[in-house]
Amino acid sequence: MLRKSWVIARRELQSAFDSPVAYIVIVTFLLTAGSICFRVLFLTGRAEMRLFFEPMPTPLAVLLPPMLLTILAPAVTMRSFAEERRSGTLELMTTLPITDWHLVIGKFLGSFGIMVAALALTLAYPITISTLGALDWGPVIGGYLGLLLYAAALVAIGIMCSTFTNNQIVAFIMSFVLGVVLYTIGIAAVLLPAGLGSIVGYVSVTTHLENFARGLIDTRDVFYFLTITAFGLLLAERSLSRQHA
Amino acid sequence: MNSSSTGTVRDGATPLVEARGLIKDYGRTQAVRDVSFTVYRGEVVGFLGPNGAGKSTTMKMLTGYLRPTAGKALVAGINVAEDPIAAQRVLGYLPESAPMYLDMMVIDFLHFIADLRGVTSDVKRGRIRAACERCGLMDVLGKDIGQLSKGYRQRVGLAQALLHDPDLLILDEPTSGLDPNQIVEIRALIKDLGRDKTVILSTHILPEVQATCDRIIIINDGQVVADDTPDALTGEGAGAMIRVVMRTESFVDPATVRHVLGGLPGVLRVDVQNAGSNTQELILAVRASKNADPREAIFGAAVANHWVLLELHRDRVSLEDTFQRLTQREGDRHAA
Repeated sequence: MLRKSWVIARRELQSAFDSPVAYIVIVTFLLTAGSICFRVLFLTGRAEMRLFFEPMPTPLAVLLPPMLLTILAPAVTMRSFAEERRSGTLELMTTLPITDWHLVIGKFLGSFGIMVAALALTLAYPITISTLGALDWGPVIGGYLGLLLYAAALVAIGIMCSTFTNNQIVAFIMSFVLGVVLYTIGIAAVLLPAGLGSIVGYVSVTTHLENFARGLIDTRDVFYFLTITAFGLLLAERSLSRQHA
Repeated sequence: MNSSSTGTVRDGATPLVEARGLIKDYGRTQAVRDVSFTVYRGEVVGFLGPNGAGKSTTMKMLTGYLRPTAGKALVAGINVAEDPIAAQRVLGYLPESAPMYLDMMVIDFLHFIADLRGVTSDVKRGRIRAACERCGLMDVLGKDIGQLSKGYRQRVGLAQALLHDPDLLILDEPTSGLDPNQIVEIRALIKDLGRDKTVILSTHILPEVQATCDRIIIINDGQVVADDTPDALTGEGAGAMIRVVMRTESFVDPATVRHVLGGLPGVLRVDVQNAGSNTQELILAVRASKNADPREAIFGAAVANHWVLLELHRDRVSLEDTFQRLTQREGDRHAA
């Protein structure tokens, strides 16, 4: 199962690194992360990265990594199936002796790999900061885990949207809107009555990301992101197999 | 290859592909309505039909890309809809217009397909090399597929379909969009592949099937309208065309001539070909029925009516004639 998915993922990665896509994602991430980290370091004089993982903007850092993921993940995934369908290569792939799951998982791993690479390179900042002061690694590890899980969920949503259309732009807009809704719905939770508010609050990405940013690794939060990921991939597979029904 | 015109039944040959009552609906339109045929091991079969006749849809059902609405497609005895993976192991497929990843190098692309096909690493290099040599790709291995000409891209598509050494090749319009030289090359390649593989190819180019195929299946409007050898579809079996030219004289009325000739035994249809034009000759096209030769009867009728025959000539029916006769829409045929 995984071997053939890995063959597909490897091609996806190669194609992304042959084009500007992967580099744009990585450079954008490095620049944003760098500016946040060093602003915090120089303006507050504290060796911490909490702001790097926080989902909600503060005067010190407006454009945050979780927001970046919300924009960049759809940009990375939009091609995955939409472009294959437009160019006809999807027919070639689906007539090879591989299942739709091989394809979906392969595409997922490929896109997720780019996000992981971008996040991994920002590890340079906590490492630098830890040489300058006593960095509490707990929230850093939690924060990175949160971002990884969030990236996985976004990539799954993006892959799913890409199976719905043969137009990359449509796929991008669909998955971006879904991402923004999940991100901002938490704001609405404040305005709603308590019971309903807590349900909406659970659905919101920000509630869960905040826990990770504090260094709190709760299985419920992990479960939340894994559920979205699994659901997105499941729907992607269903939508693919429906199309050659 | 077996060239007897036995149609679909052959002794001693094993069927490799069987289509049984294939139907495919797209919403309310029916792209394929009841297509059945058998392809035997070792045959090169041409799928012929006008655009939109259902050739591609039928091929997509054979390769497991589309699931039939009703009916069955069997490849090597495997029901494609039930176990597509097993069926897909047996076949190599070149989809229409050879879609490929244009940003990949030829060699990388072939490795990629071989890996997905589960070609083991001990034979992979050899297989890729053999496919490239056969398809004439040795000079372009390091080029991006996007830089290649359409003819070369088609060859990459063929090489890709050969990597797992399949028994069956399904090629959807392998020569469409190529220039005449490329067409000749690809045709030679297909003919070469046909020596050790079973090939099903679709096309709407008539000389192509005549040049490459042992058997022709003509599909029109989602149905099989003919399934026979090229000889049977073009030779006397299909009924000859006889060209009759007589001198126009005051007492020769084209309608009467048509009527008299049309009543002769072995004559299927008579058409006046220069109706309305003001010449000294009356030119008629007489279609003979299967295996009949009405030339003598035509001569006799001319003598009896004192018509002056200038020409009496029998032509072989071309595949074009047969194709047009079989694929004209019902309405056109009745009007004719």
